[in-house]
Amino acid sequence: MGAVKEPMAVMAGQKTGEMGVALTTLEEALEWVAAWGRTRAMWPLLFGLACCAIEMMATQASHYDLSRFGMEIMRASPRQADLMIVAGRVSRKMAPVVRRLYDQMTEPKWVIAMGDCASTGGVFNNYAIVQGVDEIIPVDVYVSGCPPRPEGLIEGILLLHEKIRRGQIRLSR
Amino acid sequence: MAIREGEVQEFTLEQLKHLVSERALRGETILLNMGPQHPSTHGVLRLLVELDGETIVSIVPDIGYLHTGIEKHCESKTYTKIIPLTDRIDYLSPMSNNLAYVMAVEKLMGVEVPLRAQYIRVILTELQRIASHLVWLGTHALDIAAMSVFLYCFREREMILDIFEMVSGQRMMVSYFRVGGLWRDVPEGFEDAVRAFLKLMPSRINEYERLLKRNPLWLRRTKGVGVISPEDAIAWGVTGPSLRGSGVNYDVRKAQPYSSYDHFEFDVPLGENGDVYDRFMVRIEEMRQSLRIIDQALRRLPKGPYITPDRKVTPPPKEELAWSMEALIHHFKFWTEGFSPPPGEVYHAVESPRGEFGVYINSDGSPKPRRVHFRAPSFVNLQALPIMAKGCLVADLVAIIGSIDIVLGEIDR
Amino acid sequence: MSIQEVVEAVRARFGEALQEVIEFRGETTLVVRRESLVELCRFLRDAPACRFNFLSDLCAVDYWPDRPRFAVNYHLYSLPHNLRLRVKVFLEEEDPVVPTVTGIWPTANWHEREVYDLFGIRFEGHPDLRRILLPEDWEGHPLRRDHPLVVEPVQFSFNWREIDSRKPYVKE
Ligand code: SF4
Repeated sequence: MGAVKEPMAVMAGQKTGEMGVALTTLEEALEWVAAWGRTRAMWPLLFGLACCAIEMMATQASHYDLSRFGMEIMRASPRQADLMIVAGRVSRKMAPVVRRLYDQMTEPKWVIAMGDCASTGGVFNNYAIVQGVDEIIPVDVYVSGCPPRPEGLIEGILLLHEKIRRGQIRLSR
Repeated sequence: MAIREGEVQEFTLEQLKHLVSERALRGETILLNMGPQHPSTHGVLRLLVELDGETIVSIVPDIGYLHTGIEKHCESKTYTKIIPLTDRIDYLSPMSNNLAYVMAVEKLMGVEVPLRAQYIRVILTELQRIASHLVWLGTHALDIAAMSVFLYCFREREMILDIFEMVSGQRMMVSYFRVGGLWRDVPEGFEDAVRAFLKLMPSRINEYERLLKRNPLWLRRTKGVGVISPEDAIAWGVTGPSLRGSGVNYDVRKAQPYSSYDHFEFDVPLGENGDVYDRFMVRIEEMRQSLRIIDQALRRLPKGPYITPDRKVTPPPKEELAWSMEALIHHFKFWTEGFSPPPGEVYHAVESPRGEFGVYINSDGSPKPRRVHFRAPSFVNLQALPIMAKGCLVADLVAIIGSIDIVLGEIDR
Repeated sequence: MSIQEVVEAVRARFGEALQEVIEFRGETTLVVRRESLVELCRFLRDAPACRFNFLSDLCAVDYWPDRPRFAVNYHLYSLPHNLRLRVKVFLEEEDPVVPTVTGIWPTANWHEREVYDLFGIRFEGHPDLRRILLPEDWEGHPLRRDHPLVVEPVQFSFNWREIDSRKPYVKE
């Protein structure tokens, strides 16, 4: 296999400061293209649980403008979404619903646990709240804060982008 | 407790027999499930809607998907440490929740609050009311497919959140009020920030109103939809703008003034028909009245202490800790043990953006309450949804849910 | 109209059934017998001297380990007279049943369901007494004071393995 140099590699590399990435195999090139595509148009699931959902809305809205990262389309149907932002506390009654929504999403899919409640249970260490959503679904990025500032959520999302770019096409889950 | 994966609570027709009409049992109408994940239920509300074609015959709400156990949790915390939990009940108006709770404790302890603290409380809760109504307006308009209003509303909301961040260090979960006063005095620049907001906001409210009030699409979707009569509204315990939209003049701020609301002049806007449009107009007008209150309070903001000198409920000032052994002991005792109110029970209600927010505290004389109960306005208002929506089209259901402005955190607590 | 007149009117009408009148921090509480609760509530709503047409709130209290164990509070508000009043019924642990007031104030419906859900107090004659906040198959009534808060241990460096083993989806 000869060296394949994608024109897009240069194009996108300019943004990330990775000018002149030399890709060696076709497989790598494909992987790179796939990751590029995945991060540039990621559709989150429109799914708010509690207080953090309000900050998620604020992130979407005029001031913080999530569409800068290609994520302005929130999908209400889990079958059209790639990213689940668990924004808020998950109660014992809600947990099966969250799990079912996750199962309905098509691969590849990612999960961000937004806020302390979704990550660890937060201030509510009691009978009603699931102590961290990682008890029921796999989580890729945890964002701390109660609620996280919109900047915090954006950082989490960028971290996820970074993770996807480094990962392989086929997620081993 | 193990979580049963993928097992969502299901209902059989047998269980709901007494809630749906006869025709549903014969299979003439259909039962439709809406939620808990639905973009326009404003959270995790689940509705079982019985439909005859497109007309709603009955609705069975199913709540509890956000049950947080806050009331139980309060029983294991001291009185001061409950304040942050109250933020998270109605997360669109933490200030009102804080206010209701600390005022209930003050009533229990018999503490007087300095005038300056009362005025600042009024300013902040009214700002919170505007912020909450802005979120309501944005999402309500979004539900009826008016996207730009959402973007405008969140733009102004950021200004209010900046003010909150300035005083408390947090954008949403402020926990700024303390028993007996405030956490700190407001910082420098607070008054200027509020003034700047006061100057800008009236024109912005006019802008929202212009966008929607004469918009034929908006009028067709809201006028005459979701009507509730004043008698029904009272019988079902509806409060707040949803009650005033039906023309019942009940506002806790006027009826039983607290935190020196009687020092300020303001009107209570009332609707006539009790439909979605009237509730919309009441809230828009309420934002203007809130601006009026803030303006008066800011003009007359007195100087003085921001927290009561009563050492029973307040920690000693930081400076004193450096030289006074007693103060140090008191500080330690205050934060580890807390204070013990006399045995008894109180109920205190404030007017939150959604209606009468009440706090019931039952004390057994120990530093932890025996029972704390929150009267959540959304919980009660949501009960009236089946009455409002009966006979409407299923598409209007979204508008009606939006118009009663529910917050699920408060419904399920 | 003042709250004293209301109390007088109730005392004149019910006499024995009114067990106690408590004044605390400017709030009046009427403690009544369970048998006359519904009648009293109807009287409070309809009598021209009272007109408590608005049920603000309904909640239960668990006095465990004291006896009688439970109490149900009715917070009433009178829109015409601008008065607040609390009605209280004490219940024994063995027999936590109260007659429903949904026939007087329909809004009591969900409040009573909530009390049933969290305390296990049953309301006789309630049209739809199901659990409201917790799942249908939940065991126990969490707001009773002898029910634990069910606190999970906090994850530290010494016990992270143990806690992670309960979370099957934790990675890395
Ligand atoms: S982390 Fe805080 S803000 Fe987020 S859902 Fe939990 S309590 Fe609410």
